[in-house]
Order: sequence, then C-alpha cells, then structure tokens
Amino acid sequence: MAGHGFEGMTVNERLVEAGLLEEYELAHSCGERAKINAVLAKIGLRRDENDMNWTIEPMLTIEDLRANVADKPILKGLSLEIKAGEIHAIMGPNGAGKSTLGYTLGGRPGYEVTGGSATLCGEDLLDMEPHERAAAGLFLGFQYPVEIPGVSFVQFLREAANAQRKSRGEEPLSGGEFLKLAKEKAGLLKMDMDMLKRPVNVGFSGGEKKRAEMVQMGVLDPKLAILDETDSGLDIDALRICGEGINAIMRREDKAVLLITHYQRLLDYVKPDYVHILSAGRIVKSGGPDLALRLEEEGYEAVVAETAA
Amino acid sequence: MSEVLSLPTRRDEDFRYSDLKALEALWPIVPETIAIADGDEEALQFVLDGGAPIARHLVITLGKGAKLDLRVLSAGPAYGRFAIDVRLGEGADFTFGAAQLATASENLEVVTKVVHTGLNASSSQIVRSVLGGTSVGTYLGCIGVERGADGTDAQQSVRAMLLDRTATANAKPELEIYADDVKAAHGCAVGELDAQGLFYLMSRGLPPLDAKRLMLQAFVAEAFAGAPQSDELNAAAQARLQAILA
Repeated sequence: MAGHGFEGMTVNERLVEAGLLEEYELAHSCGERAKINAVLAKIGLRRDENDMNWTIEPMLTIEDLRANVADKPILKGLSLEIKAGEIHAIMGPNGAGKSTLGYTLGGRPGYEVTGGSATLCGEDLLDMEPHERAAAGLFLGFQYPVEIPGVSFVQFLREAANAQRKSRGEEPLSGGEFLKLAKEKAGLLKMDMDMLKRPVNVGFSGGEKKRAEMVQMGVLDPKLAILDETDSGLDIDALRICGEGINAIMRREDKAVLLITHYQRLLDYVKPDYVHILSAGRIVKSGGPDLALRLEEEGYEAVVAETAA
Repeated sequence: MSEVLSLPTRRDEDFRYSDLKALEALWPIVPETIAIADGDEEALQFVLDGGAPIARHLVITLGKGAKLDLRVLSAGPAYGRFAIDVRLGEGADFTFGAAQLATASENLEVVTKVVHTGLNASSSQIVRSVLGGTSVGTYLGCIGVERGADGTDAQQSVRAMLLDRTATANAKPELEIYADDVKAAHGCAVGELDAQGLFYLMSRGLPPLDAKRLMLQAFVAEAFAGAPQSDELNAAAQARLQAILA
C-alpha cells in the first residue's frame, strides 16, 4: 500500500504531511481493517466494495447545483470537485453567484436549493442544518462578518467549539485549554487577546474582522474552509497576515480550501492548485494558477467570451 | 373609615393592558413606602417568580443628593405587575433596570411614574422584555419634571424582543415637562432577533437554541448592567430564558 504512487505523492508521504502517520501505523499494527480505512479516509482514500482498489474520493462534490435567492435563480447548474489537500479559487464578475455559492453551502436562510447536490466527505451537506454542517467540518468565512453586540468573542467561540465537539462525541475544551488555543491562533493572525474579549466584531475595522474570522477558523479546525472574499477591505499588511494564516491553518493533506475572490492578490500568498471562473451561475472555465493571472491581464469579459465560442 | 378602592377597568390608563381577572384576586394593592434620606445611597432588587400572580406598588422618595439603584426581574408569574411612584429631590439620582421574560399566556407589566421635583436630579430607566408564546409585556412610563426642576437629566430606554409573532409588547412613554433646562432622552423599540446574527452564530456550530440564548442573554443583561447584584440577576434571567426557549 505504502509506495503506491498517486498524484505525485505516495500514501506514506501524504500521511506524514497530514500528521496521521502515527495513527495509521497504530491502526495497521492492530490489523483492524475498519480503523485503517478510517485513517486513510481522512486523506480522501476509499476502498471500493471488493476491498481491492483504492480511489481518491473528493472531500467536496457539488453536482449541478441550482439555487434561488428571493425567487431569482442565481446558481444555474454548478458542478465542482475538491479533493483533500487542494486549494481552489473561484473568481468571477459581480453578480455571478460567488457569494451565493458560499451561503448556499452554508445553509443560510433565504437561499433556496432548487436542484443538484453537494456532499462533504460523503455526507449530504444540503440535508443538514447550518450548525450540523459546521460540526461536519465546514467553515464559512463571511465577506461581511456580523457584529453581535453584547456577546463576547471568546465566550461565543468557546461555546461554538465545544458545541461542535459535543456533536462529534469529542471531549470539550476546558476554559484553560480553550484560552491557550485561542491565544495561539490570535498570535498567528497578529491579534491582541484584549480585542477578542470585546463583543463579536463590534468596533472592529474591516481588516480586524477578517483576521478575527481566521482566528475562528484556527480554533474550530474545519476540514473545508470556504472563504468568501476574505481579501476585500484588507490593506497590504493585513492581506499578507491573512494569507499566511490561511496557509498555516489549512494547507494540509487532510484539509481543503475554496477561496472566493475578485482579485489575484490573495492568490499571491495562498497559491491555488486550481482556479475556476464563475459566470452567470455556472463554472465556465477551470485551469491552474496561471488562469488567475490571465484574468488579471485580460479581464473577465474576454476570457469568458472565449468559452462561449 | 378606609376607602375601598374599586377595581380598575380598561379605561384606567395605568391598567390598560393588565390581566384584570388576575388583578381582582390581588386587589387592592397595598403601596409600600420607601424613603431614602438626604445623602443616603441604597440598592434594591426584586425578583418576581413562581407561577402565582404578583403585584407590587412602591412609593419612593429620594431626598437631597440621595441615590437609589433599583432592579427588577419579572420572570415566571402568570400575571406580574411592578409599579413605582418615585419623587426625586434636588441632586438625587435614580437608576432603574427591569427585565420582563414571559411566555405562554403570561402578562407582565412595569408601570413607572418618575417625578423630578428639585434641581439637577438624574434618572435612568432601562427596560428589556423577551416575549414568547402569546404573552404580553407592557411598559407604561411617565416622567414628570416640575416647574423649577432645571438641570434634570431623565432617560428611558425600552426594548422588547418578540420570540413569536403571537406575543405582544406595549410601550407607552410619557413626558410631562414644566421646566426649561431639561434633558429627557427616550427610546422605545420592539423587534425580533437579528436573523443574520443568528445564522452567523449557527454557522460556527451553535445549535439554534444556544444561538438565541446567547443573543438574548446580552440583550437582557443591559437591564442589570452596573447593579451590585448583576451576577445573581443575570444568572436568574439566564435560567428563565433557557426555560422559555426550550
């Protein structure tokens, strides 16, 4: 098994990258098939029914997704596959449906799915409530993080983290453990713990709100992060800090990121494996990182037009 | 011979929204007198709980430079009425915070009459109601400023959160001002929990009831901010909120 090359990396290398080698070897030494399979599933590997062949199953599979907002069709048949260890970027003109994609996957009220499907690690995402999707490993970075007066950031984050752990049957974090974790992630994003004792996002500048989103992501430790225009409203320094934060938290073989963005600049820090162009509710073109550079040079209209040709 | 006060009717402004049937069993409400002497400071808190109807009427006088911090948590009675008549002397200060938490067919009301009789007195009233089911939460608040009571600073902030559209919030602020140099800021608002805020909290893993509880806790805590017993009051309010949301 180890030594089976795929996508340029052996299974062993992927396990090491994901920090799962010890777990895998422990499961292997017990000889318990179920445990071995469970560990390998974390990096996206699944055995078929005959228990013979391995396939890499995507972490996120979206098939022909259609969604309305206020009775207006916005997503018109969007399909996408993201595998563990990958970073995807979705770019597109205003009104294309980028934020709608994020909100639909997050389960925001008012976003009505009219067709298609979305699964996260094999589970039907669209069938779950928003808090269940979070516990299943989804994190949605908001374009405009919401202010919640009177509710302290640390209290909310600790309750959220423990609510997720509870629903996954994990031990909750004690007050001390949580503060230690929060401090670590806050430091990564260059945020003062004093700021995080304030009510959620109240009085935060745009850049601070985005960095606070990343702190939440660090503490909640999701499998898949969908970051909606995280780079909007960021100055040069904040952009670099957020970019480095995303890399530090999410660039792992058992995690994946979907960056929704207008501009190339965040992609300078968080280099994507794949770039997709979303136009009029569908993905019309996919490519590597150089596609984003082309868009910057030629503009959406030109590049999208050639897909119609 | 003592006068027997007759039971009020709907035409009596101060009882416009009361549960008159429940009031009958409590009538007449015997006023309780509280006098804060010149220069004295006091803090009082009342918790109206249990299922039985309760009505209290406090008649309060604050002497020169006296201070009173009065907080009320009304959470539980089928009918709960808390009425206060307050007269402020020169330089007195009155802080009032009330939280009304009701569900099912409960009826809660806070009726205040705060009169500034002397110079440079200040008063502040913060009322926060959380109403579910078909409950009714009422605030009738009259602020009076007598002739010569210049330098008055009187504030009222009344907000009600409806958990269900079948609940009712009533708010009637009144100002009767006979002096010129007066500050009297007042605001009333009735609304629902912010759906955006709720979704944000839920998207981080908080189940709907916990998300609502967090937001409501903060809302209600505004009535007890700065009170010496705020921790106990907030804990009692939280417990009641859990029961209402469940």
